Amino acid sequence: MNIETLVFYFFSAITIVAAIGVISVKNSVQAVLCLVLAFFSAAALWLLLEAEFLAITLVLVYVGAVMVLFLFVVMMLDVDFAAMKQGFTKQLPLGLLVGAGLFGAIYWVIRFEVFGNDKVPEPAKSEQGYSNVEELGRLLYSEYFYPFEIAGVILLVAIIAAISLTFRGRRDRKGQSVREQHQVLKEERLKIISMESERPVSSSDVNSESGGAS
Amino acid sequence: MSLTHYLVVSAILFAISIVGIVVNRKNVITLLMCIELMLLAVNTNFIAFSRYLDDATGQIFVFFILTVAAAEAAIGLAILVVLFRTHRNIEIDNLEELKG
Repeated sequence: MNIETLVFYFFSAITIVAAIGVISVKNSVQAVLCLVLAFFSAAALWLLLEAEFLAITLVLVYVGAVMVLFLFVVMMLDVDFAAMKQGFTKQLPLGLLVGAGLFGAIYWVIRFEVFGNDKVPEPAKSEQGYSNVEELGRLLYSEYFYPFEIAGVILLVAIIAAISLTFRGRRDRKGQSVREQHQVLKEERLKIISMESERPVSSSDVNSESGGAS
Repeated sequence: MSLTHYLVVSAILFAISIVGIVVNRKNVITLLMCIELMLLAVNTNFIAFSRYLDDATGQIFVFFILTVAAAEAAIGLAILVVLFRTHRNIEIDNLEELKG
């Protein structure tokens, strides 16, 4: 048993145990942390498959951003998570049945006679100067450039959707409404009042008024 | 290490997350986490095939799946927060306004 096999079994075991933890732990914060562990060990498996860029992306983007978002939400919501585990044992036999059936079906497709070493031989290790990032970048910026742009638009849509869903400030803006300005009537804005026209003030009136006051 | 080893690991992950979805039908957060776990299993499949068939396109696919999954997680959690504000809990059984 060489070192690679050992590493593979070690990290596979951690991944599977952490996944079982995700679905069975009572505390939701602990479930999120189990998921983080599963992602870390899966990243190690991806490193073993020589997908270095994606392994690091998984740790940085998934563990660093998405899982932290999960943690924020789980800790912010004041929910009795333990009470939600009520039906757990009741549903467990059905769940195990479904899971075992699904795994059996998948295993029948991917068994050693179909994808074993004699059918799909293990590829040679990459030479020393090989760069996974370089190869992915070349593909991404030439052949898959249009999907790459669409991925950016999807992220933009996600930003806008998340903000507009959770935004609680005032929805209207303080700018002018051109429609209302055009529809305004003269009667609403202009008020004509009739009043007596003023006479010009003569100098004798001023003198008598000031004399009367004093 | 043959291809089947990696595929079996991801099949086990996928089956576990299916079990999680069946068992934790009340808790939306656990459902979202199970979906993330499923996507992880699928991505592992993609990368294993990409390595053993010596074709980097599989890794490009994983890249896009990661992007879409991040968007999905963000929107899902935003919906969850809105749900909690209106219902004060996040049990799926209470979501019956649209019951026909």
